Amino acid sequence: MEAYFASLNPMDLLGRFPSGIAQGLIWGVMALGVYITFRLLDIADLSVDGTFSTGAAVTVMLILAGWNPWAALLIAFVAGLIAGSVTGLLHTVFGIPAILAGILTQYGLYSINLVIMQMKANQAVSVDKYSLIISGRSVPTAILVGGIFAVALIIILYLFFGTELGSAIRATGCNQQMAKAQGININVMKVLGLALSNGIVAVAGGLAAQYSGFADVNSGRGSIVIGLAAVIIGEVLGEAILHKKLNFFGRLIFVIVGGIIYYLVYTLVLWLKIDSNLMKLFTAIIVAIFLAVPYLKGQAKSSFGRAGKNSRLEGK
Amino acid sequence: MLEVKNISKTFNPGTINEKKALRGVSLTLNDGDFVTVIGGNGAGKSTLLNAIAGVWPVDTGSITIDGQNVTGLPDYRRASLIGRVFQDPMTGTAATMQIDENLALARRRGSRRGLRWGVTAAERDEYREQLKILNLGLEDRLTAKVGLLSGGQRQALTLLMATLQKPKLLLLDEHTAALDPKTAEKVLNATEKIIDRDHLTALMITHNMKDAITHGNRLIMMHEGNIIYDVSGEEKKNLTVSQLLDKFEEVSGSEFANDKMMLGI
Repeated sequence: MEAYFASLNPMDLLGRFPSGIAQGLIWGVMALGVYITFRLLDIADLSVDGTFSTGAAVTVMLILAGWNPWAALLIAFVAGLIAGSVTGLLHTVFGIPAILAGILTQYGLYSINLVIMQMKANQAVSVDKYSLIISGRSVPTAILVGGIFAVALIIILYLFFGTELGSAIRATGCNQQMAKAQGININVMKVLGLALSNGIVAVAGGLAAQYSGFADVNSGRGSIVIGLAAVIIGEVLGEAILHKKLNFFGRLIFVIVGGIIYYLVYTLVLWLKIDSNLMKLFTAIIVAIFLAVPYLKGQAKSSFGRAGKNSRLEGK
Repeated sequence: MLEVKNISKTFNPGTINEKKALRGVSLTLNDGDFVTVIGGNGAGKSTLLNAIAGVWPVDTGSITIDGQNVTGLPDYRRASLIGRVFQDPMTGTAATMQIDENLALARRRGSRRGLRWGVTAAERDEYREQLKILNLGLEDRLTAKVGLLSGGQRQALTLLMATLQKPKLLLLDEHTAALDPKTAEKVLNATEKIIDRDHLTALMITHNMKDAITHGNRLIMMHEGNIIYDVSGEEKKNLTVSQLLDKFEEVSGSEFANDKMMLGI
């Protein structure tokens, strides 16, 4: 035990934080994509696990083929849009429940991602040979670039969801009957929202691949859970700090903050020399707790248990 | 304005739950008609309104609004012609969106939604004026989330949304049934005021016989998926609740035993 604590170096932890922040920003961008479907459209979209890897695969393969990294990222975005549309069409046109539609897309994408990566599970892209947008080799630049991406995306999303089209998507997520009565084609809105969400996730995948210097067919596994973790951590924190002043812009910012916090915790876990494979269980438990708390709070206010107790007390 | 020709609708055909909800209903509304619809539970009142709104396709017959055959169009494509207020106050508004955002969504009913602003400053001024008509103080709460409003306030807002973009036809499906009597009266008065002001053509379902007689220029009674009584003009004005009950027994040929309608007396 003593030996274990002696092996932990606080300075080492501090040294790891910057790279944690950089990667947190990238996962925060991914979480913004999840936020669109989970909070605005009220759909838990599982396709993101596949599209994150798709974004990574497309970006890396195009860069290896000599493309400009920015152009490669743009194509990754388009690939994400298409994948999200597939989920949307499976759900709206073919009537498959949204969760199942997402699972089908994600499952199919595994093969597609392998094809994109020429049947290799891992493709390296070296920052020495290519001028990557972002790289783990230079963490300060990575934080700057990640930060710019995050801020730009927050502004774009904030403006977009204030437009007629964005409002129509929000109305669809909030009340489908109302949306239809206002002449909104809710199927089109769902497909649009899913496409946009997956496009953003694919871009995050492309950034993550450049940061780590490789694309891995499994890199997207668990994206939805990590995304949800970031969204929920951000919300809890935002509401705790700003209370009712937390507006839409603030919510978007706190999604990014949630991503960063998640990654810093991840960094801490690694520093504690806990097997990183256990992080999945850890994340699942955190997300489950945060999803359960609002429900349990509501239950605590009006529960049969409490009513029964009150009735017994009144009798005395 | 509205021409419904011989429409029928059977739910769950061929199953044990088969229900012939509409059996060849025909109805013509003239421009400016305000028609109240009464009838017992399962008479087909809501089904008729849903058929006109396009919630699902009808089995037979045609529906024409303002000269346009809409029989083959789903609800969201008929929305440019129709304003709707539902029985459940939660149905007509988006709870997580602001009052002005809800109104702006309604303002754009029937027009293409692009990348222009969802709500403009000029609109907000207009909405403030419109909200004053409701007399509920909502004009000062433009940026409040609709979820914070009471059922009556939400229903009044839905009414305003349904009429903001003057509809060719206003469909009111027992829109005061879920409200307390005082609020119900307020909402009903606002309804009457707006229909009068904009000369709207409207269909209003109600369980309250007195309301059905007091409001509108025409009254129809439904029974087992058919319109069994249709009265307008002087004859309607002179109707009494007991006459209406007698009429129901006479035309339907059955003993009138619907407690919900009785309560409306």
